[in-house]
Amino acid sequence: MDSLAGNGWVWPLLIIIGKSLLILVAGLIFVAYVLYADRKVWAAVQLRRGPNVVGPWGLLQSFADLMKFVFKEPVIPAGANKGVFLLAPLISGGLALSSWAVIPLNDGWAVANINVGVLFIFAISSLMVYGAIMAGWASNSKYPLLAALRSAAQMVSYEVSIGFVFITVLLCAGSLNLNDIVSAQDSAWGLFGWYWLPLLPMFVVFFVSALAETNRPPFDLLEAESELVAGYMVEYSSAPYMLFMLGEYVAIITMCAMTTVLFLGGWLPPFPVPPFTWISGLIWFVLKICLVFFMFAMVKAFVPRYRYDQLMRLGWKVFLPVSLASVVVVAGVLEIFGAGAHP
Amino acid sequence: MDVAAVFFYLFSAVTVASGFMVIAARNPVHSVLFLILAFVNSAGLFLLLGAEFLAMILVIVYVGAVAVLFLFVVMMLDVDFAELKQGFLQYLPLGVIIGAIVLVELVAGALTLVPSPLGKPAAPTPGVSNTQALGRVLYTQYLYFFEVAGLVLLVAMIGAIVLTLRHKRGVRRQSVAAQVARTKATSVEVRKVPSRTGV
Amino acid sequence: MPSLLSDYLPLVIFMAIAFAIGLALLIAPFIVAYKSPDPEKLSAYECGFNAFDDARMRFDVRYYLVSLLFIIFDLEVAFLFPWAVAFKEVGPLGFWSVIVFLGVLTVGFIYEWKKGALEWD
Repeated sequence: MDSLAGNGWVWPLLIIIGKSLLILVAGLIFVAYVLYADRKVWAAVQLRRGPNVVGPWGLLQSFADLMKFVFKEPVIPAGANKGVFLLAPLISGGLALSSWAVIPLNDGWAVANINVGVLFIFAISSLMVYGAIMAGWASNSKYPLLAALRSAAQMVSYEVSIGFVFITVLLCAGSLNLNDIVSAQDSAWGLFGWYWLPLLPMFVVFFVSALAETNRPPFDLLEAESELVAGYMVEYSSAPYMLFMLGEYVAIITMCAMTTVLFLGGWLPPFPVPPFTWISGLIWFVLKICLVFFMFAMVKAFVPRYRYDQLMRLGWKVFLPVSLASVVVVAGVLEIFGAGAHP
Repeated sequence: MDVAAVFFYLFSAVTVASGFMVIAARNPVHSVLFLILAFVNSAGLFLLLGAEFLAMILVIVYVGAVAVLFLFVVMMLDVDFAELKQGFLQYLPLGVIIGAIVLVELVAGALTLVPSPLGKPAAPTPGVSNTQALGRVLYTQYLYFFEVAGLVLLVAMIGAIVLTLRHKRGVRRQSVAAQVARTKATSVEVRKVPSRTGV
Repeated sequence: MPSLLSDYLPLVIFMAIAFAIGLALLIAPFIVAYKSPDPEKLSAYECGFNAFDDARMRFDVRYYLVSLLFIIFDLEVAFLFPWAVAFKEVGPLGFWSVIVFLGVLTVGFIYEWKKGALEWD
């Protein structure tokens, strides 16, 4: 603050703005290709070709979609509550993008390296439910309302187990700072020192909860097209609809990044020996995100959709007790075998 | 002017304004949305005080959980608010009296508290985040309060179930254990069927 | 605490830019898109039928129960965050106090389970 309050505050400010813009623009282009990859993987599993017309191998498909959305006529239904109707997609998209501020892309490479990074991500993901509720209510239509209810109940149910998973990782790492959590996984064991191995059950719980939290198949109950048409987005068209889609994919990337940071050692190379350590941490980080996203895409392609009562049962009767028990087990192990030791 | 001061005035002005809008908005859903705005700005004020943990918990618990319940209730309970407002004038005198009492108490409290009786707050230990500082005392020094909080949560859990749980009759549930326990022996019977006679 | 605030200033700026990008995308079609208004486009979608009645309706009390239980478990998690961070410093007393806390809440969880509050019907 001292440096910011004096005469020399313009440059730091410009640097922050530049960094933020760089991360947002690069991230949005990454999202465009993640969307493309998602469709390609899905198509390949079903022996189709997927998008292959716009640009070489269909590489420009997402940008064509962007243009299409922007030039479509936006319709606001007559019965809708206009202010809330337009606020909902903005909140959905804006909040999802905001969570990227604390993700460390490399050692110390986060726009805001705050002490409570985990809590910030947790807060943002608990706020994401507002986009759905507000959209569902403001549309004043039946399908969106039912979908909003379902999605709110689903998101809050899995939020609880995500919270307990965070606690187990924090017990091992001893910090809420995402940068420190990754650093805590740095050991001579490389790949096998990351938390996915000692906390394997929690890794699975987190991965499945992340699917449910971002409304990915097999938990896309709120837009089960055979029952609810398109969920809470039924009444949306044009760019407001696109913002929901964008928010969804941005949230998925955030969840992939969180999986990487918490369990897969963030920017750390898989083996701490020369040929691997020469490659920049940023590249390892992006590769790991792509790996986790590939798992997301494969799950979408071959797991059938859950029924709502099965979804609630899984969240409350399986994941909650399992994650609660692991908090006690992990804490007990750390207490008995000395807190400083690697679990 | 200091950047922190600018943000302080911004957050407090928005908090007060949205607090006013909570009671002034005609649509109850808008009231709840303004309440959320007020919560978020209070979190900003906590942040300016250096209480980053409290700021985040305020957002997680109040905005992420409590306000979701509020929103559920006002959005979907279908309360007829026009009817509720009918009796508004009837309760006006009582409301004014209660408001006045609270105002007097607040002013009196503020006047006596100006030189804080606790003295200056303890200086933060360098190199220790305030989450860690909180963790050091909450589970040892303030053990009883912590356990009582656990009991309060237990009471809340039981209360919520007693008040809201209603079972429907005649619901057929899936029994996952029974499904998983099914084996070939219990579900399939192989019979030799003689030709032209049937089973 | 100057250093703390300088950690958060980038966060605020980042969020402002993120929302500005969102707002720009939201407004763009209202400016550039081709429009042909039609009253039929403004009606609520109900698979081609005219809307039967108002969409705002009462629904199952079960959803309130889920969100009430969520508040309680969310608070429980919130109580555990400082413990997880200061775990190495609070020693056996801190460990056992949290185990008792979780034990009390497990009693509530078992009650919930036995009462059938977690069943979805």
